[in-house]
Amino acid sequence: MKTRKIMPILLLAVCLVISACGGGSKNSGTGGGGDNKPASTNASQGSETPNEPTPPAGKKIVLGFAQVGAESGWRTANTESIKEAAAAAGIELKFSDAQQKQENQIKAIRSFIQQKVDVIAFSPVVESGWETVLQEAKEAGIPVILTDRAIDSEDESLYVSFIGSDFVEEGRRAGRWLLEQFKDATEPVNIVELQGTTGSAPAIDRKAGFEEVIKENPNLKIIASQTGDFTRAKGKEVMQSFLQAHKDIDVLYAHNDDMGLGAIQAIEAAGLVPGKDIIIITVDAVRDGMQAAADGKINFIVECNPLLGPQLMDAVKAVVEGKEVPKRIVTEEGTFTSEEAKAALPDRKY
Amino acid sequence: MSVRWWNKPLFWPLAVFGLLLLLNLIFKPEFFAIRYQNGHLYGSLIDILNFGSPLAIVAIGMTLVIATRGIDLSVGSLVAISGAMACLTISRGDDQHALSLVLTAVLLALLVSIALGLWNGLLVAGAGIQPIIATLILMVAGRGIAQLITSGQIITVTSKPYNFIGAGWLMTLPFSVYLAAAVFLFAAWMTRKTSLGMFIEAIGCNPTASRLAGIRSRSILLAVYMFCALCAGIAGLITSSNVSSADGNNAGLWIELDAILAVVIGGTSLSGGRFSLTGTLAGALLIQTLTTTIYMLGVPPEITLVVKAFVVLAVCLIQSPSFRRSLTRGIPWSPAASGQEVSRHG
Repeated sequence: MKTRKIMPILLLAVCLVISACGGGSKNSGTGGGGDNKPASTNASQGSETPNEPTPPAGKKIVLGFAQVGAESGWRTANTESIKEAAAAAGIELKFSDAQQKQENQIKAIRSFIQQKVDVIAFSPVVESGWETVLQEAKEAGIPVILTDRAIDSEDESLYVSFIGSDFVEEGRRAGRWLLEQFKDATEPVNIVELQGTTGSAPAIDRKAGFEEVIKENPNLKIIASQTGDFTRAKGKEVMQSFLQAHKDIDVLYAHNDDMGLGAIQAIEAAGLVPGKDIIIITVDAVRDGMQAAADGKINFIVECNPLLGPQLMDAVKAVVEGKEVPKRIVTEEGTFTSEEAKAALPDRKY
Repeated sequence: MSVRWWNKPLFWPLAVFGLLLLLNLIFKPEFFAIRYQNGHLYGSLIDILNFGSPLAIVAIGMTLVIATRGIDLSVGSLVAISGAMACLTISRGDDQHALSLVLTAVLLALLVSIALGLWNGLLVAGAGIQPIIATLILMVAGRGIAQLITSGQIITVTSKPYNFIGAGWLMTLPFSVYLAAAVFLFAAWMTRKTSLGMFIEAIGCNPTASRLAGIRSRSILLAVYMFCALCAGIAGLITSSNVSSADGNNAGLWIELDAILAVVIGGTSLSGGRFSLTGTLAGALLIQTLTTTIYMLGVPPEITLVVKAFVVLAVCLIQSPSFRRSLTRGIPWSPAASGQEVSRHG
């Protein structure tokens, strides 16, 4: 009997704990920013500085941005870039962190619609399932811009523009460099591939672009390809198995830096020299990856630029002013060899 | 009634384990190649021991929790928290290679783990919340805590002594194997050489009866959840030190499910009351061998999970005595018969 009376109170307490913890992790999501609601405060502080461009029609543009989460250093840099660019452009930013969950993102978008923001931008956690909520935004007359990741909806009128990297092109760039390196090769070159999370757009596209290019040289052969889930631990584990199963690996192509960094440890543990015995190509160019490239352990990095804040703000302004915006805006990206990485490292933002 | 050899709980996981090894022997003989290199053994079998040890350690802790008719879903988050805590402490230190710093970091990480285990235990034993709900709280919140510790970044450390925990070698074998062995021996000794094991089983069988019989079930539950959290903490140290970095978002992701699977494959019933630590160890090894086999054979990543699911399904089905009987005698597989078998089988 006694427990029955206590249970509702306990449940309430648990709910409180959960919601408090939820707040805590949200805090961590924007951890790079340092405080709990850096977005709006930053933006409003930014607006008080005198030397910034005046927003059109005297009214401040309000942008609602629903971020994926804070799953990697890349994402944190992406968040920072958007916040800084919004402050610099005098756009009021309402920032929401979805913690890698689609339902959170849909909730955030609905709340943006209720708050009647001028533009909604978001990086979709997954590709599908956005029609309903985007239709709601469309009916409310709020333009939507996708950043970084695309959606697979057939109705292209649901969003005005998609700003982000071209993952297929990233794969092609990696492939082109390899093609150039081994253009005189007469013997088969054995390539192993560490894929990103199975089914994710970057994994599918980076694989497709790479394969498309290396087809030109029949000597270049992918002898093993397995997912490393974009993480170091998995990258190391899978690479270790590759090294056991195949005695003659010449090239490693990893879909992101972290898997490459894990694989480097596996290669070293096998008594081989990464970058020499096995040529390593990765995508992303985050700090740890650039460091490894500068140390000569990664031979070639294709950049996947997270700093798309300024391009996003330009697009937001254009949309509000009623100008035509291209349906697809590709972020500006480079590539780095070991020497270039060494030179570029001191100035890197992320 | 004497138990026939194929009815022993350990037989079937070991049989499937043997089958996997046979598969490798036929298709990838390199699997068994072990060579001596840089003063230690090197090969797939060693890799299985090395990468399987965190899972084995987590599963050992999980076995005891499950034996009390509980479950701990928060171990994956604890793995992340422990690794994040250790890496943060080390990265803040002046000299990353200092042994004292690494020891402080390890101690701190384990203390935090035990404290969080105490929290789980208090919710279960003190507040009487169902274990699956009580530990779900920390499973969800723990990832957030881990990301809070790492500020959402991957913390990379260069500390040599710390790297030794997960990637070091002692007497030709990976150091993590010794850790797993130590945890296993400690758990086995505590439960089989003292009366603790019997108390745990008693609580799992019938909490009320065991309390009336004078067993202090609350303290034992607290201890069991704290031990499970400590195991997760050790696994977290191994995982993060193996790659010299802490990834709050991905470290130990879904390891709770693998650990529960290892426990079940090992013949421990989820309804509590009976447990087999050796079985759990066999289950953990089976899961890791399966993973490595999939990599070695070059199974396409798109169907990896399906292949895993089929093997697990096969192991679970073949462990069910009534399913085996229906196979051999062709009689219909009735739920009544299976229930009877389970209770007799224990």
